Amino acid sequence: MPTSGSLWADVHGLVLGAVFLLAYSGGLTGLFTLRTKWETATGLRVLARQLIAGTWIMALVAWLTVITGTYVAYPLYRSEFRSVLMTSFWNTFSMEWKIHIGWFAPILATTVAYVVTRYRTQLAEEPRMRQAMVVLFTLAFVTAGVAGLLGALTNKVLPVY
Amino acid sequence: MMLRRQRRSEPAQSGKPREALSNGRAAAAMLAAGIGSLVFGFLTILVQVSPAVRNALQFYQPAGQITGLTTLSVAAWLISWYILFRLWKEQQVPFSWVFAVTLLLTVLGLVGTFPPFYGLFG
Repeated sequence: MPTSGSLWADVHGLVLGAVFLLAYSGGLTGLFTLRTKWETATGLRVLARQLIAGTWIMALVAWLTVITGTYVAYPLYRSEFRSVLMTSFWNTFSMEWKIHIGWFAPILATTVAYVVTRYRTQLAEEPRMRQAMVVLFTLAFVTAGVAGLLGALTNKVLPVY
Repeated sequence: MMLRRQRRSEPAQSGKPREALSNGRAAAAMLAAGIGSLVFGFLTILVQVSPAVRNALQFYQPAGQITGLTTLSVAAWLISWYILFRLWKEQQVPFSWVFAVTLLLTVLGLVGTFPPFYGLFG
């Protein structure tokens, strides 16, 4: 029977993490293929709609992940491992880096979602803007990925119950 | 930096002319993300330097100063976005330049929040 602490850790890491990964792969494909040379006008409009949904899902999931992580899972972890917080490498490096780097993801993902929503099919004619969004979107994914990996490793050594 | 007011017309697929947006809105959103990141990095270092700041940023005691750090950084991001949006929404700005600055600010923010780096100030 999972405890509330481990349940929150699973929701924060596994459930939201999996949705984030799916939304990123869909969004990246959409951003990459949103080109006037590759798509018809109807295709561009459909793709733009899918892209808007994908990027907002990724942004929303990123916000939910950092908020549940910071305000629910992290306090449980701190209270459980208070005695080793200042000495364990898993806290002084791994958890410390995780709680910081994770917060870059929602900010960057929201920026991409906003630009995709505002510019829609016009992005297909703006290669520099589209490339910039691909970079920011990937940066959001990488920062979330580092946070996720560090979280998974730390949870192996210092699990929250 | 040269800014010019510009709205470009383009033929829409439906036959009705559609106004293309200037790139200022996208540039404002991007640069604001960079500013928010930089503020996050800067505050993280400040917390190491000043115990008073560390205590002041414990907005939610069980989670410690990360709550204040992130709240203020998100506030800086949103406020700078609002200001830049008001300034640039109708402008055509040098997009590559703004993107380069955004990346630089984001990387500085990432460096500032890297434990071995901010640990140098503790």
